Amino acid sequence: MAQATVARPVALGGEMPLWDRIKVPVFYALLIAWTLIAVLPYWLTVVYSFMPKTEIFAPPRLWPSPFTLENYRVVLTAFDEFPRWLLNSTLFAISATALRVFFAAMAGYAFARMRFPGRNLLFNLVLGSMMLPGMAMLVPQYWMAVKWFKFVDTIYGLTIVWVSSSFAFGVFMMTQFFKQVPRDLEEAAFIDGAGWFTTFFRVILPLARPALLALGILSFQGSWNEFMLSLILLQTPENFTLPLGLAMFRFQYYAIYSNVLAGSLFNSLPIMIIFFVFQRYFVEGITYTGLKGGA
Amino acid sequence: MTRVSKQTLQEWFAAYTFLFPVLLGWGIFVFLAMVMSFYFSFTTFNLLKPPQWLGIDNYIRVIRHPDFLRYAVPNTLKYVAVVVPIQTVLSLIFAFALDQKLRARDFFRTAFYLPSVTSSVVIGIIFVWLFAPQGVINQLLGLDINWLNNTKTSLPTIMVVNIWSTTGTLMLIFLAGLQDIPSELYEAAAIDGATRIQMFRYVTVPLLRPVIFFVVTLGIIGTFQVFDQIYIMTKGGPLKSTMTWVYLIYFWGWQEVRPDMGRASAAAFLLAVTIFVVTMIQRRFLEGSEA
Repeated sequence: MAQATVARPVALGGEMPLWDRIKVPVFYALLIAWTLIAVLPYWLTVVYSFMPKTEIFAPPRLWPSPFTLENYRVVLTAFDEFPRWLLNSTLFAISATALRVFFAAMAGYAFARMRFPGRNLLFNLVLGSMMLPGMAMLVPQYWMAVKWFKFVDTIYGLTIVWVSSSFAFGVFMMTQFFKQVPRDLEEAAFIDGAGWFTTFFRVILPLARPALLALGILSFQGSWNEFMLSLILLQTPENFTLPLGLAMFRFQYYAIYSNVLAGSLFNSLPIMIIFFVFQRYFVEGITYTGLKGGA
Repeated sequence: MTRVSKQTLQEWFAAYTFLFPVLLGWGIFVFLAMVMSFYFSFTTFNLLKPPQWLGIDNYIRVIRHPDFLRYAVPNTLKYVAVVVPIQTVLSLIFAFALDQKLRARDFFRTAFYLPSVTSSVVIGIIFVWLFAPQGVINQLLGLDINWLNNTKTSLPTIMVVNIWSTTGTLMLIFLAGLQDIPSELYEAAAIDGATRIQMFRYVTVPLLRPVIFFVVTLGIIGTFQVFDQIYIMTKGGPLKSTMTWVYLIYFWGWQEVRPDMGRASAAAFLLAVTIFVVTMIQRRFLEGSEA
């Protein structure tokens, strides 16, 4: 403390040393408090999902006692549709991620590097559509799915509509990324006689790995957790995604909530594992468009 | 007359080939959908009944509808007005704390972000249970409140859940913004004899303004469209105390005995316009307060 006071000129004013003294403890207290608030609900969910269904409102505890695997057994065996939901969600999330990332990268590259008539108009239209609330397009999307494309109540229909509605953000993110990639490598490829397609697939895509991963992870998270569009487009329980199935669980099996909690962890676990493995890309993806894009 | 070279033509062709999948998907399900939505908003229809033109009367029907006027709009405005400032200030404080050179920073960052990767359905399921009459929260607080089944507490409870789930993401955005401020600026200010409060006021805040704008915009767009948590936790009840704008659109378009998708479209269009106007006002406000 003495050191700090010596290092700081008196001109800083009398109130400063006090703040300096309490600053670190105050910050730690805040951070620890919010950590508990953020993590405890999950931990309690895990704990109670390993307890008998009669204990669902037992006094709070940090460890499951009495312990049982019954809820998980019931969820995986007694509900015929549960494995289907897992499969549907996996199919949807993987195909939606792959399609969105690949096509958005292609479009982003065109917007960032090529000159063609209509470029600015198209880019601004796509960009501007990011401002539109998804809700405003839901009625026509539903109408098209039912009347035109007849893919209502299918996973591929859900994939097509979700990917199409989420292109804008992906294209914007990839455009921003490609704009700041140095042109040297491409120019070398052009001099060697490579065309646009060869250059894109051989030179640009490998280079764009971090951006592709960041967008891929955001897309996986978004589609894996998607709810509203599935609610509108999917109708029969065997075609449900996991979030939609869980929503149904929550209302139909309110009396056996331990099972609902166990089921809900199947939705959280994969995304948490991905989050822990690829944390850096989550952060990049989120901050990238927000800041470097300059709102 | 200008002659277009072969190379230029090749570039145009390549560009439109690269853009084709996006233009096709976006063109149908966003652009065309928006145009159709505008047309639908002047009609009344559902899947069994083809669109019938009502014109501007459809909007008047929406605005005069008691569910819209008495529940959906006030509830949504309350929701936005409470959630956006609280989540913005909380996330800024936490970002500021994490920006100090504290130990275990990465741990805190991970913990804070956890709620943001979880699906809204799972969050809803967890909190329905935590806020149940005999749930953990009542047990810990020694209370006996039926949080989600009481017209006074239902909407505030959903506000709390939403603040809980979004603060982490916004904190990350603020943290990146704070770390982008060059430390030389603080050093220069210190040499000029600026106090810590003056530094915050004249260095941090102005440089963070675009980030604040971004976070508030995200918050406004997100909160105006609150739906998932409402659906999972209360379905708009009890007694429409959590009936919000988007939930009402869903209700009109899909849940009623005789759905009216035209009326739902008009309400959706009003929402899009409202979000746009509020965002613009907010932008003017944040830019206007330039120091």
